[in-house]
Amino acid sequence: MTGANPAHGNRGPGPANRRDDHMNILRSLIAAATAVTVLSAPAFAEDPIKIGDINHYKRMAAFAEPYRKGIELAVAEVNAEGGVLGRPLEFVFPDDQGDPGEAVKIAEDLMTREGTVMFTGAILSNVGIALSSFAKEKNYLYLAGEPLADTLVWKSGNPNTFRLRVSTWVQAAMLAEQAAKTDAKTYATIAPNYSYGTEAVEAFKANLKRLKPDVEFVDEQWPALFKIDAAAEVQAIEKAKPDAIFNVTFGADLAKFVREGTDRGLFDGRGVYSMLTGEPEYLEPLGEEAPEGWYVTGYPWYDLPDGPGKDFVAAYETATGETPKMGSLVGYTMAKSVAAAIQKAGATDTASLIKAFEGLEVPSTPVGPLEYRAIDHQSTLGAYVGTLAVKDGKGVMVDWEYKNPVPYMPSDDEIRAMRPAN
Amino acid sequence: MGFFIAQLLTGLANAAALFLVASGLSLIFGVTRIVNFAHGSFYMLGAYVGITLMGVLPGVLGPYLGFWGAIVLTGLIVGLAGALVEIVVLRPIYRAPELFQLVATFGVILVIQDLALMVWGAEDQMGPRAPGLRGVFRIFGEPIPKYDIVLICITPFILLALWALIAKTRLGVLVRAATQDREMVAALGVNQRWLFTGVFALGSALAGWGGALQLPKGGADLLMDFNIIGPLFVVTVIGGMGSLPGAFIAAVLISVLNVFGVAYLPQSTLVLMFVVMAIVLIVRPYGLLGKEEVAGEHGQSGAPETPIRPFGRRGRLAVAGLLLVMALLPLVTQPFALVLLTDIVIFALFAASLQFILGTGGLVSFGHAAFYGGGAYAAALMVTYAKTPMEIAFLFAPLGAGMLALVIGWFCIRLSGVYFAMLTLAFSQLVWSLVFQWRAVTRGDDGLIDIWPSAWLSGTVPYYYFTLVVGVLGILFLRTVIHAPFGYALRAGRDSARQAEAMGIDVKRVQYVAFALAGALAGLAGGLFVFAKGSVFPTELEIGKSFDALIVVFLGGVKTLSGGIVGATFMAAVEDWLTRLHYWRLLLGLLIIAVVILAPEGIVGSARRLGLRLGLVKHTEAD
Repeated sequence: MTGANPAHGNRGPGPANRRDDHMNILRSLIAAATAVTVLSAPAFAEDPIKIGDINHYKRMAAFAEPYRKGIELAVAEVNAEGGVLGRPLEFVFPDDQGDPGEAVKIAEDLMTREGTVMFTGAILSNVGIALSSFAKEKNYLYLAGEPLADTLVWKSGNPNTFRLRVSTWVQAAMLAEQAAKTDAKTYATIAPNYSYGTEAVEAFKANLKRLKPDVEFVDEQWPALFKIDAAAEVQAIEKAKPDAIFNVTFGADLAKFVREGTDRGLFDGRGVYSMLTGEPEYLEPLGEEAPEGWYVTGYPWYDLPDGPGKDFVAAYETATGETPKMGSLVGYTMAKSVAAAIQKAGATDTASLIKAFEGLEVPSTPVGPLEYRAIDHQSTLGAYVGTLAVKDGKGVMVDWEYKNPVPYMPSDDEIRAMRPAN
Repeated sequence: MGFFIAQLLTGLANAAALFLVASGLSLIFGVTRIVNFAHGSFYMLGAYVGITLMGVLPGVLGPYLGFWGAIVLTGLIVGLAGALVEIVVLRPIYRAPELFQLVATFGVILVIQDLALMVWGAEDQMGPRAPGLRGVFRIFGEPIPKYDIVLICITPFILLALWALIAKTRLGVLVRAATQDREMVAALGVNQRWLFTGVFALGSALAGWGGALQLPKGGADLLMDFNIIGPLFVVTVIGGMGSLPGAFIAAVLISVLNVFGVAYLPQSTLVLMFVVMAIVLIVRPYGLLGKEEVAGEHGQSGAPETPIRPFGRRGRLAVAGLLLVMALLPLVTQPFALVLLTDIVIFALFAASLQFILGTGGLVSFGHAAFYGGGAYAAALMVTYAKTPMEIAFLFAPLGAGMLALVIGWFCIRLSGVYFAMLTLAFSQLVWSLVFQWRAVTRGDDGLIDIWPSAWLSGTVPYYYFTLVVGVLGILFLRTVIHAPFGYALRAGRDSARQAEAMGIDVKRVQYVAFALAGALAGLAGGLFVFAKGSVFPTELEIGKSFDALIVVFLGGVKTLSGGIVGATFMAAVEDWLTRLHYWRLLLGLLIIAVVILAPEGIVGSARRLGLRLGLVKHTEAD
């Protein structure tokens, strides 16, 4: 577990110093209570290049902690190889409590006082959208690591925002492609009742109907996020007697849904297509109760062949003593992208960085080479899809493959039509 | 038929844990009059402690005794934790103003959240299965998990045991007596301190048992404390605060309705229970089995209030000086300080509008965010759909929020005390879900974006001045109202509705107008907010936003308008400073608890008392 953020000690002279005095007292208090890991960086003559990652470190701790460790690993590697532009790279990690208004305030703080050159972060899509709008208004650069909302790069896309992770539409399309290969005619859907859930269901329906026009959606369930009444949901789906099920629930909701559904035999003889369920964050808590046979998107870190993917897993395990999560991969890849962009730009002003990000190629990431597409600022990070099985009392993905997202995206013309004029 | 019965059984099984937790909250409220926000935290503790014990005990005691022994022991441990919290945190502040203790319980929530994260880690944990109860019974051909049947059978026994405890034992007699009239109980020589501690421990233990019993159907995660708070308050209020059979009936009612809601109105899951609560409260203002609150009895303790007066000359000079400093600040400071100050002024206006209705009007609203967010959305919708210029759209913020307050107030104002608070909570939740689900218009939680001010106000410094002027004018307006005859009438209605009525004041109408005014000013703050941030999301309407305002008002001091402003400034500044640290919730929680204990009349009230004692402030100064 990391302690107080080491970055806070490095503030330059100026009005911020008075605040540092208070912070020092507190910092020593915390240091006493927790182990403080300070990244060992080679001695640099110059000031670091700072990036701010605004996130819900407490509210979404299960995803955010591995994500932060991924970033820290990437930063340590970059700095061990001499940093960027001859200067060390440094991330700071302010907590926005999952509140979009708070996130915007922090972004302003980072850019005007903390001296960061750009900001990254957010897990919740609404926070990402708020940061994106803010970046455009003030002409800053924002790289969204995790937020999945399609609108971030498409309908509400703007020149100042880039996004790393593969979006909802693409993940749902990959699952729909597999579903279309089966004989299932009737489908039920269950998704948390907020934007991500609705978008995922819409995307799955649209893609499946396109591939197989005669399918029918016979039931839709919309439990409130993290407040699922799993038994009632399972009964309602069972009543509709669908051939197959599309699931978007995750986290605690997923665990309850899986347990009730398994007990009541809901999944017997039915294909289930499920978003994110193969990610260690959500799969590991299920333990031996992981639902076998579900077709899911996820991250099979335990099964990767020799190469950059496996090397990352080893490095991460050495550095943190933990196995990697999806968040680790996203955080690591994001920090590496930032380093590559700064290196390519040769400067740290916003205009140069945006120019560098457009069409940026990041040659060696754990999933191979990546590109940030100039057309919609979306990276070409793909997704792992596969089938769930239980091995040694743990859920794992088998028969998985890594899919390139580009074939699943709308055509360039469609994207141009969707994106507001740049 | 089979499906119907299966659903009924599911609802009954779901009711078990909910009833246990809610009965604990109800007991605590009945006796101590504390609205315990931290009750969900004890439920979460119960789940985590339960999982830990279930990992250990079955190895020692065998699977059956181990599992059930772990559940029993969990309740005892959580009960002890509850007693500790009561003794350390709540005991010093029982004589503070009404409902002040909820601030302390909010601090406890933060502390427990970070402690749970430290001890059990961030990852969700699946609950262990009950031994021998895996699998299903077939009832009319429908599969019903065995554990559900066990839960359904246990619940009536728990109700019976609690009833026997309350009806047949000496402790029960004391509890009932204290629920009715705690001053009298104290006068009869009963040691109230230990009675309160005991009841708080029992209530916490019930929450712990609830958390442990639900494990085979769910698990433990770090969000479950907040997630249960909503249903918990709903059940307690529908049943009638302080009534155990009421809590039981309400838990069953809500759980069964929820199951049918999922089957027939799948989109309704966000609001169904709040709709039910609103209907019940409109028809039966004190819940199904609750009793009418006797005026004046409700938690009124502590020294009698000194009437507030306008600031004296010295006070006015000080405020004017402060405003002058704030006006000159952009000349010397860096941009971010202005951003932070803009946020603080907005928050202070929001808090002041709540303080107005809460402190001056005596109406505790738990749903004030509906007007703050409502105002923000009113302005944002005008910009998004009508391309209204910012100057005009901004006016729609107080206007829209004021109209909303007129509608909501019409229903709520007939209630008082905690029931009023709960009805405002229900309505704010309705507004939230409307905004959340009506995606075609509000874009749901993708929010409305690119709501930036006009060119002449964009930029940190101009917008800071705009906020400062609007915020200060808004607060001055509230101050004028408070010290005008209308404000006197409002205070008269708060202190003694009967006497005020006798003097010819239409108390309800005065309160209604005040409620609308408070709503409009909260909307004004919301309007300032939306143009400062450029976007608005349903988070601005959430329960948490209402609680933020509530907490700073109590923290600052509920009796004077400056309390809300000081509280908001303190909280915003402290949060800005602490959230940069890793375990900021723990520190913030401890800080809140410390402030609450050191300043039981709020920051302003206690500072004034200290000033009086040291001779810095004179009684006459205010004249």
